[in-house]
Amino acid sequence: MLVALGVCAVVAAVLAWDVLASTLRPAIGRWRSRLAAADRNEEVAAYDPGRERRAEQRARELLRSCVDEESWEMYRDLGFLRVWGSDGSGTGAGHGVAPYAYLIYPHKPIVAYVPRSSRLLSEYCVDFPDTDRPYGSARLPASDDVLAKWMALTADERRLIENANLHLAGRQHDPDAVRSDIAALGRWEFDRRRRSDAGSVRAP
Amino acid sequence: MRLLRMKPGHGEVLIAEGDVEIAEQERELIAAFREQLDKGMWAAVPMVAPDGRRQAELVRDFGEVPRDAERVIFFPRAAGGS
Repeated sequence: MLVALGVCAVVAAVLAWDVLASTLRPAIGRWRSRLAAADRNEEVAAYDPGRERRAEQRARELLRSCVDEESWEMYRDLGFLRVWGSDGSGTGAGHGVAPYAYLIYPHKPIVAYVPRSSRLLSEYCVDFPDTDRPYGSARLPASDDVLAKWMALTADERRLIENANLHLAGRQHDPDAVRSDIAALGRWEFDRRRRSDAGSVRAP
Repeated sequence: MRLLRMKPGHGEVLIAEGDVEIAEQERELIAAFREQLDKGMWAAVPMVAPDGRRQAELVRDFGEVPRDAERVIFFPRAAGGS
């Protein structure tokens, strides 16, 4: 008797679940759709091109306030910064006679090269990931990335290089493009010196 | 002295500001400084070298920050990229 009642209860429960599930299934589907739409809306809200532009503008102002005028103009005009290797500091920096130097690009590896010959030495891949990930991204604005590299290089070149992944030149950068940048830098410095000599260098 | 932190999607953010010659404000600056280092940030002080060149100095303790420094900039520690 008890076994029969038990079997009846199980059958009743299965039938009830079947009826309930058929009723709830559309509601569950709508609920899932709403959740997915909410997620998409949050992703759209998280990416705000205006905010990214404002962040980059702030970063550029900070960079400008930290580096010297020539370096700022170099970055503004050419899109990268040159930092002399520490062995070359004070040995004619600014005139290309230091043994080696670095080119700092935003969100790309630092390139070490020989200024006298334009020979590329190596690429140093380094990031500054912010694990707090505000707005969902760990990436600093481009100019903050450049400033972080500049501060780390000028403050403690060895420490930064030890933290970086070393690769042969050409792994991420196109060597011809970098050599072209070095040539452009030479022309830019020549023009700047000429303007300076003519007393026509004006503040940007 | 101002303590600034670089932030993705924002640029620099003011963490703390105060006068190191006023004890209470200095304590607040020290607390904010330590908090950023505990979060894994590097701290740099932009400065002008004796020969006039601009450079930065990485500091690991508030005591290493020059008393006349106008700002300390915190940024995420370097990690090898791909």
